[in-house]
Amino acid sequence: MVDIHLDGVGHSYDGGRTWALRPMTRTLHAARAYALLGPSGCGKTTLLNIISGLLTPTVGRIWFGDREVTRVPTAARNIAQVFQFPVLYEGMSVYDNLAFPLRNRGWPKAEIDRRVRAVSHLLGLDSHLHRRSRRLDPGRQQIVSLGRGLVRSDVAAVLLDEPLTVVDPALRWTLRSTLKEIHRDTGHTLVYVTHDQTEALTFADEVMVLQDGDVVQSGEPTELFLSPAHEFVGHFIGSPGMNMIPADLVDGVVRVGDTPVGRAADTDGALPSGPVRIGVRPEFVRISAVPTAPGLPARVTAVDRMGAYHLVHAEIDGRRLSAKVDTGSRYAPGALEYFHFVPDRAFLFRDAIRCGTIAAQDGAERA
Amino acid sequence: MSDHTERSEGREHHAKGGPRVSDGHPATGEHGSDRPADTRPKDNRAWILVLPVVASVAFTAVIPLMTVVNFSVQDVFSPTDRIFVGLEWYRSVVRDAEVRAAFLRTLMFSVQVLLVEIPLGVAIAVAMPRRGRAVSSALVVVALPLLIPWNVVGTIWQIFARADIGLGGWTVNHVLGVDFNYTLDAHDAWTTVLLMDVWHWTPLVALLAYAGLRSIPEPYYQAAQIDSASSWTVFRHIQLPRLRGVLTIAILLRFMDSFMIYTEPFVVTGGGPGNATSFLSILLSKVAVGQFDLGPAGAFSLLYFLFVQVVCFVFFVVLTRTGR
Repeated sequence: MVDIHLDGVGHSYDGGRTWALRPMTRTLHAARAYALLGPSGCGKTTLLNIISGLLTPTVGRIWFGDREVTRVPTAARNIAQVFQFPVLYEGMSVYDNLAFPLRNRGWPKAEIDRRVRAVSHLLGLDSHLHRRSRRLDPGRQQIVSLGRGLVRSDVAAVLLDEPLTVVDPALRWTLRSTLKEIHRDTGHTLVYVTHDQTEALTFADEVMVLQDGDVVQSGEPTELFLSPAHEFVGHFIGSPGMNMIPADLVDGVVRVGDTPVGRAADTDGALPSGPVRIGVRPEFVRISAVPTAPGLPARVTAVDRMGAYHLVHAEIDGRRLSAKVDTGSRYAPGALEYFHFVPDRAFLFRDAIRCGTIAAQDGAERA
Repeated sequence: MSDHTERSEGREHHAKGGPRVSDGHPATGEHGSDRPADTRPKDNRAWILVLPVVASVAFTAVIPLMTVVNFSVQDVFSPTDRIFVGLEWYRSVVRDAEVRAAFLRTLMFSVQVLLVEIPLGVAIAVAMPRRGRAVSSALVVVALPLLIPWNVVGTIWQIFARADIGLGGWTVNHVLGVDFNYTLDAHDAWTTVLLMDVWHWTPLVALLAYAGLRSIPEPYYQAAQIDSASSWTVFRHIQLPRLRGVLTIAILLRFMDSFMIYTEPFVVTGGGPGNATSFLSILLSKVAVGQFDLGPAGAFSLLYFLFVQVVCFVFFVVLTRTGR
């Protein structure tokens, strides 16, 4: 079990004109579960293929522990990878499919049998072991592909490229927890590519959010949720995403239009005055029935009943603002309500990057 | 057959399910398991639309074939004088020693053609580049022999294999020191015709196989790399299973074509020396056109046709059924 270290690794498919993956330096620690989260075309799969060696990076070097593997072919890297769609040796039985990577590496027969049975038991494939793999339904074929990725106990890492896309949703939950169990038992390093935030947040120890070939933030799921470092993370994670409200910073005070909403804090050095954007999750927007300061008056446009909570939509100068509120509350479209933000949970962004938080305004007075 | 019925049943089910879904209300719930009545319009005038096909099939296949059937059961002395002889001609064709020898010779030729061309074609396809600029040039080079007309191929090889002035024949005789003369030696003639067919038609197998290989998604090869599969294993477990369909077609085409080969051996050897390369088709044209024995020729043609049909059917059934 080794750390995987990427040293200035970047990739371009068109000879350097555009980066599919911008050069990055970071370390994937042994035995942790990572999720690469981002929309299609953000470079997730490119990064995965660089780690597995299916792709040689345009720049940079890759280390597995203290061994450099930048030009080492896939077979010699001892990596397992599962693809988005089932990849099976269709003429073989399920058992032979699972045993295949072990047989190619010359494992002893008894050991192969033990591993295959262990993995098939974990994935619920016991009753299918002797069926031809091409006769299975696509979901189960994908589980077999997954099993082939997990069957080797000595791999440096298991890379999963959106492995549960074709699996039926009910089974997806079960499989995700099975994967977590397997991860806990075997201590493999797992790298899991997905565009589904729930999948990433429930599965991984650390989530790396990618946008346009760049890792915009990397951290534990709660950290990404509570303290996004980039506007994109705010949008992409959370349901619905973060509210973004244009505002102005004037002498340390944040104003939306003419209304001051708080004081800028946690800035790196003195943040110059000028336009900023306030990012606040709907979870941290409060509505007060009476005009309190600092409070942002906004007109309610709609209320969505979501079951466990209500989602109140409002408009300030043409900008939308949503708040998650208790089901017991009653707000009517058209009413003017006062919205305010939970201190330290509303952030300031400039050029999409976080540059501060909004603290409670001391000696709050309305201008 | 089971597979067939299964599939058509599935389609039927689908068709019946269709209107139910498009109704937009769960009507079936009230009627229990009753199916809704089939309300699709029925109009037998639709058969008129089939007429063009019936007409063209009649003119291209049925009528010519029935003409041959007509000849095969009569002894024709002159356009006005003919006798019905029943299956007499069929019996005589089957008993004819020359026909039997030609049949075995043709069968042997087809078997050899398949044994050489199928593996060789697949090997060429596997060796061809999968991407890059080399792809189109490789395709052109491989496809070249397919663009040459049959009798030109025959002429090319007739000259190429000549011991005195042909590049191939001269090289074999004078450089390799092997005595080779296809006009005198039966084996040499056979080898020449076989090589000519391999040269002409292996590209077809290669192109079909290449098309089959191109349909394999990249992740299959990537997975094989990750599983440390050797290139033989990749061929055996990824490429070959995916070639089943195209190879079935390749085998059928090459069997039919080689079993009915006519032009090239006719140009190169004329069926000789002796009877060494006189295949069924060459013998048939001698009977039908040379001697103008319409009765025996008709019976001969029909048996020939029947054999090719039966073999192709058996091939097809066996190849599409095995390994399911």
